[in-house]
Amino acid sequence: MADTVLFEFLHTEMVAELWAHDPDPDPGPGGQKMSLSVLEGMGFRVGQALGERLPRETLAFREELDVLKFLCKDLWVAVFQKQMDSLRTNHQGTYVLQDNSFPLLLPMASGLQYLEEAPKGCPRPRFLAFTCGLLRGALYTLGIESVVTASVAALPVCKFQVVIPKS
Amino acid sequence: MGRGLGGRVTSGGSRDAVPGAGPPKMAVCIAVIAKENYPLYIRSTPTENELKFHYMVHTSLDVVDEKISAMGKALVDQRELYLGLLYPTEDYKVYGYVTNSKVKFVMVVDSSNTALRDNEIRSMFRKLHNSYTDVMCNPFYNPGDRIQSRAFDNMVTSMMIQVC
Repeated sequence: MADTVLFEFLHTEMVAELWAHDPDPDPGPGGQKMSLSVLEGMGFRVGQALGERLPRETLAFREELDVLKFLCKDLWVAVFQKQMDSLRTNHQGTYVLQDNSFPLLLPMASGLQYLEEAPKGCPRPRFLAFTCGLLRGALYTLGIESVVTASVAALPVCKFQVVIPKS
Repeated sequence: MGRGLGGRVTSGGSRDAVPGAGPPKMAVCIAVIAKENYPLYIRSTPTENELKFHYMVHTSLDVVDEKISAMGKALVDQRELYLGLLYPTEDYKVYGYVTNSKVKFVMVVDSSNTALRDNEIRSMFRKLHNSYTDVMCNPFYNPGDRIQSRAFDNMVTSMMIQVC
């Protein structure tokens, strides 16, 4: 596997590039949402490919929880070289995956500069959109339709919430 | 797993294969079916009777579904991707394989070809699975479209029977 920093740089550039097309920093509903959904769409397609390639040999997924465990272990290790730190569920279709030192947010966590911006909540969603799409794409390939959102409480700690609607 | 049939059966004299090329490739029809049960890729060699093979693959989907649901209820921990012989007809045998993303591979082989062993079929399915995964990872491929990759085509050709 190539150096992990390559993906981090690529990701940072993707976010910066898509944001450059939207010069107005105030949340105008049109531009900002478009960039977010483009990022999420990219993550979705990558997630689909990974969902096809990673699970090996056996039809191991008996139930939803197994699929989520696969996401937390195999998928996270393949993309970020570490496992997800915690997985919680309410057993009714909502899962919260928590990563205590999310690699794509680590570079921001190390200075005081961005800690001041954190309460505004503004820069966060765009750095997490790709990863939300990644989770949603992998789930989709394994047969689960879901809605994935992310939130950041304190900087490198980030939570992904997966909601699987009951059909 | 080996059934121990002894040495490999070499190809008959009428086939003008390259000497030492190994046993002749055997599949007569190969199909890739999406999880919504529509074909992503289907190819058969004697192209006159294509419709017959299409129909055979279509009917085998029922058997595949049965096997998948039977596996779901089984208490065995190890559930295989390879489904085995789906059903034999007079001239042909149909084998199935399902992936974790519920994409099915169906292979029809000639019944008269008795040299084909189970683990050879398994390895053919494994090659198919790997090629399908490569197609999926191609960013220019939209999941759900028909597979038009030349690499995939070539791999399937290498598995099909060589009609002179």
